[in-house]
Amino acid sequence: MSSGFLSQYGGEIGTLTLEHVWLTAWAMLIAAAIAIPVGVGLTRSPHWAKPVIAVANILQTIPSLAMFGFLLPLPWLGDRAARIAIAALTAYALLPIVRNTYAGIRGIDPAILEVARALGLTGRQRLFKVELPLAASFIFAGLRTATVTCVGIATIAAAVGAGGLGELIFRGVASVDNRLVLAGAIPAALLALAADSALGLLERWFKVPAQ
Amino acid sequence: MPAAIEFRHISVAVPQGRILLHDISLALEEGTTTAILGRSGSGKSTLLRTVNRMVEPKSGEVLVGGKSVSEGDVIALRRGMGYVIQETGLFPHFTVERNVGLVLEAEGRPREERARRSRELLTAVGLAPDDLAPDDFARRFPHQLSGGQRQRVGLARALAAEPAILLMDEPFGALDPLTRAEMQDMLRGLLAGLKKTVLLVTHDLDEALYLGDRIVLLSEGRAIADLKPHEFMQSQQPEVEAYRHAFHRGERNGATEVRG
Repeated sequence: MSSGFLSQYGGEIGTLTLEHVWLTAWAMLIAAAIAIPVGVGLTRSPHWAKPVIAVANILQTIPSLAMFGFLLPLPWLGDRAARIAIAALTAYALLPIVRNTYAGIRGIDPAILEVARALGLTGRQRLFKVELPLAASFIFAGLRTATVTCVGIATIAAAVGAGGLGELIFRGVASVDNRLVLAGAIPAALLALAADSALGLLERWFKVPAQ
Repeated sequence: MPAAIEFRHISVAVPQGRILLHDISLALEEGTTTAILGRSGSGKSTLLRTVNRMVEPKSGEVLVGGKSVSEGDVIALRRGMGYVIQETGLFPHFTVERNVGLVLEAEGRPREERARRSRELLTAVGLAPDDLAPDDFARRFPHQLSGGQRQRVGLARALAAEPAILLMDEPFGALDPLTRAEMQDMLRGLLAGLKKTVLLVTHDLDEALYLGDRIVLLSEGRAIADLKPHEFMQSQQPEVEAYRHAFHRGERNGATEVRG
């Protein structure tokens, strides 16, 4: 890419990158706020685990372009393209977070949970002092998978006018300008890598050494 | 004075119907140690776990200090009892100090009190903490300790809230014989000064004889003998004899004689 290209598009790339981050971050926050409690809930009534995870699984198989299309006619969501994008990304992020929260807590040594009960910790204390910290590494692994997926899918959000780096890609495809495609694709890939390593760091930080 | 712990006609069955405990009645005097002896699957742990309501009996009731455990708050009941199990019971994400102070933390006691109590107890169980040492025990994590050290921390944690009752489920079962003997000595010394009512589950006859004021032998969910240690050694009851004969087999094989 020549310096002329960068000086022409640099500002726009910056704005669109921020937009991209903003869309993904909102989706991840909402998804985590839904999926972590759901994952915890499933450990309390495991007979729900299969159907709930199946639904999250189905959500994830919907092609992203179709998902944006489905959401378009909905009343409140359809008003603003960004809302549609965030709702769609949230839907995709649910599965890995629910699954990992559930598996992370279920994977804790039963002897540890038993001692927590026997020492007289309340249900709340067991959850926040024992279960979530011990499952944290798993939960962050789920968040990592979800974030990387969402950074990729968020490029499609430009199709419904939600902005983000997909805008450059779509424009580049339409005008057969590979430089524009790359101007969208490279920052998107870098974002995914950055999210992957940052959350990977948290994942390792919370890893509990085996006795 | 009511018994510290009393089992009244306790029966426990799993949901599938198999009976784990069959009509057990026992009264444990305050300040004594009762060893529950028996082979794996005899119902020892189940009996211990009815005391802190980790297991609910199908019929009968458990009384602690004359009051049925099923009345009142289960959290308060459990906090009033120390609980020690085999090796795996420490929280791997907490330091030794936090593990020991966890019950106090759960009760919302201030940090300074927890830290002080933790250090007192670590000293009591033979792990004198040293604030100045870079490898201070209190700041280590469970995976940085040996099996014996972990078990000492587990005992310190059980004693943190000064419970009147100590429930110990095969506490030294995973340790090598030498470490186990050290732990038994330490526990005996500690209990001599504390006047706790201890329920000790073990399959080790030596441990039961050494630590118990009384030995209850369980077999297939029934209490088949309830004897003082010296009585246990003399009893002609076939089950007791069988248990006795399962120990020190090396001696009978001539291991103590010089072979020519």
